[in-house]
Amino acid sequence: MSDIGSTTGAVLAEGMPGIVDDWSADKEAFHVPWGKAMMWIFLLSDTFIFSCFLTSYMNVRMSTTVPWPNPSEVFALTIFGTHMPLILIAIMTFILITSSGTMAMAVNFGYRKDRVKTAVLMLATAAFGVSFVGMQAFEWTKLIEDGVRPWGNPFGADQFGATFFMITGFHGLHVTGGVIYLGIIAFKVYRGDYDKSNNYEAVEIAGLYWHFVDLVWVFIFAFFYLW
Amino acid sequence: MEATAEGQQHPISIYLKIWILLFVLSTLSYLVDVMGFESYLRWGLILIFMFLKAGFIVAIFMHMAWERLALAYAILCPPLCLLVLIGLMAIEAEYTFFTRLLFFSQ
Repeated sequence: MSDIGSTTGAVLAEGMPGIVDDWSADKEAFHVPWGKAMMWIFLLSDTFIFSCFLTSYMNVRMSTTVPWPNPSEVFALTIFGTHMPLILIAIMTFILITSSGTMAMAVNFGYRKDRVKTAVLMLATAAFGVSFVGMQAFEWTKLIEDGVRPWGNPFGADQFGATFFMITGFHGLHVTGGVIYLGIIAFKVYRGDYDKSNNYEAVEIAGLYWHFVDLVWVFIFAFFYLW
Repeated sequence: MEATAEGQQHPISIYLKIWILLFVLSTLSYLVDVMGFESYLRWGLILIFMFLKAGFIVAIFMHMAWERLALAYAILCPPLCLLVLIGLMAIEAEYTFFTRLLFFSQ
């Protein structure tokens, strides 16, 4: 890791002395573009929102006296006569990870100033996002047909539906928003906006948001579907 | 590796390696369910795979490993407060559970 040049060109200290310098000196604390710092702070606030949802899910699941529905069975699908537990959720997980991979590549090609590859990879990421939301819509439809409602369901504790629709719905909303966001940035990349300004940091900032959506899914997958 | 004020540039190979690693970890966490592990073994494995995946996404894909510590600490430390919330809510849930048991058994 090399030292980062500050705006004055002076070499900055690393480690703990670096923290003290960055926070105490009468200047900017974060040596990153402002958009990136703001995206990180937004993601931090979003972390708290999702954590509140997952914590309330923990609370209702621990406090109910009725057995919790077995997610492995609730989300099982029968494909070509084979009964596969949790298969759709596994596919959705792999799709989101793949989209995170293509996004990381898009950021990389952005910094190499490869306009076309960046735009194509971002659109591929958005396409994976669309397929994820599509599968989620399918999953919701199936559960609603099975009689799962926010106030009750045939499988067990009533709170299952409320937490399921709230948590996955809010995450799906983030994916949908991300697809639109990626589409806009990809369009601007393709049009050459960032070549003109010679600055591709918007791609990395969009990438931060997209990776965060994948990150949240890691926790939802672990706590809601697997636990 | 270079992390400059202009941006984060790293070899593509590191992204591919992490990508494959995330696939493997996801497969393993899915296998926890398929194999039907129960109780503490199940929860332990789920948490290990979850934190590994989350760590790699934040450190490599989101470039936190190459950011300055002033930013990394500002973003990664505040969520630790959530442990207090989780702890309090767990205690509260236990209490609700036992009062329900008492009430429903009457």
